[in-house]
Amino acid sequence: MFEKLKKAFGGSKDEAAPKVEEKVEAAVETPVEAAPEAAPEAAPAKPRIGYIHLSGCTGDAMSLTENYDILSTVLTDMIDIVYGQTLVDKWIHGTYAEEMPEMDLCLIEGSVCLQDEHSVHELLEARKKSGLIAAFGSCAVTGCFTTFARGGQQAQPKHESFLPISSLVKVDLALPGCPVAPEVIAKAVVALCEGDLDYLKPAMDWAACDKGCGCDVLTNVIRQGLCTGCGTCALACPTRAMGFSEGRPSCDRDRCIKCGSCYMMCPRSWLPEGRIKKETGL
Amino acid sequence: MVLGTYKEAVSARSTDSKILDVSQDGGIVSALLCYALDEGIIEGAVVAGTPDEDWRPVPTVVTSADEVIAAAGTKYSMSPTLSALKEATRQYGLEKVGVVATPCQTQGLRKAQAYPFTRFVAEKVKLIIGIYCMENFPMASLDTFATAKLGFDSLQDATKMDIGKGKFWLTKDGEDNGLAIKETHGYEQAGCNICNDYVCEWADVSTGSVGSPDGWSTVLTRTDDGASVFNAAVEAGLIETKPMDEVKPGLPLLEKLAKGKKDKNNAERERRAKMGVKVPTIY
Repeated sequence: MFEKLKKAFGGSKDEAAPKVEEKVEAAVETPVEAAPEAAPEAAPAKPRIGYIHLSGCTGDAMSLTENYDILSTVLTDMIDIVYGQTLVDKWIHGTYAEEMPEMDLCLIEGSVCLQDEHSVHELLEARKKSGLIAAFGSCAVTGCFTTFARGGQQAQPKHESFLPISSLVKVDLALPGCPVAPEVIAKAVVALCEGDLDYLKPAMDWAACDKGCGCDVLTNVIRQGLCTGCGTCALACPTRAMGFSEGRPSCDRDRCIKCGSCYMMCPRSWLPEGRIKKETGL
Repeated sequence: MVLGTYKEAVSARSTDSKILDVSQDGGIVSALLCYALDEGIIEGAVVAGTPDEDWRPVPTVVTSADEVIAAAGTKYSMSPTLSALKEATRQYGLEKVGVVATPCQTQGLRKAQAYPFTRFVAEKVKLIIGIYCMENFPMASLDTFATAKLGFDSLQDATKMDIGKGKFWLTKDGEDNGLAIKETHGYEQAGCNICNDYVCEWADVSTGSVGSPDGWSTVLTRTDDGASVFNAAVEAGLIETKPMDEVKPGLPLLEKLAKGKKDKNNAERERRAKMGVKVPTIY
């Protein structure tokens, strides 16, 4: 099962064992049962994953479940979901757990409403209990469209300030996207299980990110003399806010929801050369 | 390796006169797309077309050989190709897509495959045909070459545009007008000045004019997928080939230009970094 996952998502291919197995099989047709022998000694603990839903739309959690082909394997063989109110019924204000468990990784979806004491408390508590915190989806990373919240609505007119979670706690990993794409969630989880920090490095470097906008490609790419008009930013934009003028992206800021995807995807912001070479063999 | 990783280098051209009539060089891009469409390897492709025939490239989704041929030929300005990849996978609903891409576009695409932050798009790209690219020009630069430097009334008077033999060529009334490449310097887009890929090193198969005689293309097959499509098209008789070492000027010129681009633009990258201007973070 693990092997299938790794293959599907480009995990490390080079395993020492198979070579020997091949030789043995070719020689005497050893029954397949011979293989699992190695398993008992290792049995590494599965990463304990939590999921916290702050001011988000559950789109990112749904995106996680859209890994249909591999979801059951991920949930049963690869990780333990120890906390959360959507995929499991274990959360701090719920009926199951009054205390937040320790987590290796806590995925936090949504921005945090400063005027909602429960949200603030859950976020601060998660920081204490988690090895790693991932801002899961653009609302958590940049605020995304909760950036535009301004209060004045029933039944909590005072709920007006929504911040990216890195404003209140240290974030270790940012996975932007509105929603964050199923494929990159799966690849990130596999990388985490394998301890492949090289893969996670860009997301780690993005952790302190607390704003995003179509303007980023103007400010950080065009204005820096880096843009080649390749169109990746428009490919990344979920609202089709990105048009082109004179071969340069031109953001319709009335459509932009400030998810930060365009700049994240731009090959002139960062380029994973090592990973590309590994995946393509080039 | 200055040409990136590749399996085989050959000089090649299409055997289809319909393609050769309109192609920039050997018609390899068109021939491969037509073959891949025919065989169902791809259902459509994103290319740079010129719907208004004014030399302004527009990313276009093609799904038939006729559309491929209508879009043939190089346009020396920016086509945000990857923006149409979304259209190809969403509106057109294509599950298997080909992309004709410059090196920077290929970098964007490979990044999107390695880090698929955009859902259900990058995995549908089944064939990247890379084109060699030294630099690219804003439309206004092309206007300058045609009017101020070559004395045309308008860029639209040009019927063919080409770069080769040290010159930028515009054909008008059947006559080729050459402008020394030196005259074009300073008119390329600034983003090209830090690019260190000439031969589209991350494509499945890359092609361009340099290294082969007029009317022929130099082809580098890179990935298994790229090699298998190209070899199958050769086998099917759609493309004819010559060994690279039998043609002039051959690979040495390609290597020289590729290395020249790397050296010059890596130096520019360093210069900018020293100034404190942003350069891409490489992982």
